[in-house]
Amino acid sequence: MDQSEIQKKIQELQSLAQKNNVDIQSDVKRLQEKLVDGKMTPQDLWKKILLARNADRPTTLEIIHHISENFLELHGDRAYGDDAALVGGVGLLDGRPVTFLGHQKGRNMKENIRRNYGWAHPEGYRKALRLAKQAEKFGRPVITFIDTAGAYPGLASEERGIGEAIARNLRDFALLKVPVLAFIIGEGGSGGAIGIGVANEVYMLENSFYSVISPEGCASILLRDPNKAPEAAAQLKLLPSDLMAFGIVDGIVPEPDGGAHADHALTAAHIKTQILESLKGLEQKTGEQLARERMTKFLAMGRFSEEGGNKANFFQRLFSLNRRA
Amino acid sequence: MAFFSGVVDRLLGRQQPLPRDLSFRDERSFVAQKHSCPSCHAHLEAGELENNFYVCPQCGHHYRINPAERIRTLVDQGSFQEFSQEIQSVNPIGFPGYEAKLGEAKSATGQGEAVTNGTATIDGRKVVLSIMNFKFMGGSMGSVAGEKLTRALLTGLEKQQPVILFTTSGGMRMQEGIFSLMQMAKASAAIAQLEMAHVPLFVVLTDPTYGGVTASFAMLGDVIIAEPGASIGFAGPRVIESTIRQKLPEGFQKSEFLLEKGFVDAIVPRPELKKTLAFLIDTHLNR
Repeated sequence: MDQSEIQKKIQELQSLAQKNNVDIQSDVKRLQEKLVDGKMTPQDLWKKILLARNADRPTTLEIIHHISENFLELHGDRAYGDDAALVGGVGLLDGRPVTFLGHQKGRNMKENIRRNYGWAHPEGYRKALRLAKQAEKFGRPVITFIDTAGAYPGLASEERGIGEAIARNLRDFALLKVPVLAFIIGEGGSGGAIGIGVANEVYMLENSFYSVISPEGCASILLRDPNKAPEAAAQLKLLPSDLMAFGIVDGIVPEPDGGAHADHALTAAHIKTQILESLKGLEQKTGEQLARERMTKFLAMGRFSEEGGNKANFFQRLFSLNRRA
Repeated sequence: MAFFSGVVDRLLGRQQPLPRDLSFRDERSFVAQKHSCPSCHAHLEAGELENNFYVCPQCGHHYRINPAERIRTLVDQGSFQEFSQEIQSVNPIGFPGYEAKLGEAKSATGQGEAVTNGTATIDGRKVVLSIMNFKFMGGSMGSVAGEKLTRALLTGLEKQQPVILFTTSGGMRMQEGIFSLMQMAKASAAIAQLEMAHVPLFVVLTDPTYGGVTASFAMLGDVIIAEPGASIGFAGPRVIESTIRQKLPEGFQKSEFLLEKGFVDAIVPRPELKKTLAFLIDTHLNR
């Protein structure tokens, strides 16, 4: 529960109590303490993680169909095959052509076997880059939806160079001369997420998370107990509010009451509003400007200390290089 | 038992196959204590390794080396000038126990972080180096490693000199949460700048290179070299085995496997590295 929800709950309780004349002072006090504290217990936070992974949340293709007319899915990496776990294609967004990309989870076991639970292989990332370059060639913005536990950790994935595929995307998405927007719509899992996450603006749905490692992975490595995942999740600071505070993401897209799964159309409408709003600004810029700003955004990420502090010098150097480029 | 069979094999001139899980032992201290190579059981004094690029003279096993040893065995004597050593880690997400771990790593290695930057010459050719250290928290990459790599890359760009990256890492540094994940994009964005400016980037993959490092700058060199027998991959072997529920084939994720699958340009033994890099610099600056 976040602060506004708690506030709402308190008001609800108080009006109910007045109407029915019951004593709820202890409940109100408890909620208010929670509010003052501003801290979630690991259990509260874990509920958010489970919400982000809820199988009924709108998937990439559902969101695309809600917000775009005549979407045509485009398949294949032109080298090895087609990956059903990472989809893409072209569609119209209020009449203008855009390229959509995103991880695709299934809603049931059968779909998930086909979609590999949204764990993409190298061919998925290579298809994403192919479609992004196609978008650049024809001047379309690229909009990505991130929803994966990670890139697939399997034998075939390694044989076909999952590391190389993600690495190339990180470099070449940085260079794209069209607007790129990324939305984390559920799970933002590590390298598999950032493999389509180098964007001019990055947004998170209210009940999503974005992390360097899964809470389970972190718990088993650092806390030596996979059952301590809720604790690890709290330590990793992976919620939208944390990432906003860190300056890693640009905004949080609200979800309907109860979560995105409660109303797919409304969730998609909120996303669409944000896309249109962002494109309004980004489409004013030249291709060079867009690529430069995207690179600068990621080059500035990281927190460290520097004695003598010539960080300013470094950025001056950086911008002078950018001007030359 | 293994020791005796090793001696017999050696007497018969046979080569021992590499034991599978060598990569997770501290082989150098094994040599110091037992005076034998853990890979082929040849008699070895610690000093012998130092004089042979930290490579077993008998079986060619490449021991892991730290940045100081890399510098000593690679660049022209006295040419190395370290830079950006003043950049230090903070605890950006307030992860419990991170400061203590950093402190331990610093005192164990005598170094400030998992990456060492410097300029140097290789047979007289000017280069910019960025060298990772596996002994420093498993070579994990956080904000400082990302910043140092970025500065090495941009220094190469400014000076129009080739950049050489030596990778060894278990992956991203979890204790820095999302900031560490972003270092993948950061280093790759810096490489994108080199790409535009046609400044050559050479990557030397050393044992072991995993996770987000493999999925970013390690795979973005204009030429990618691997040291023999290094383990290189995205997911670790134990993670993969638990995902696919089967044993991995012998030699999986070794340099030779990556060469066969087309992900490295060449496997170069450490004694040949200086010559090879000098040749690459000459062929790539010829414009």
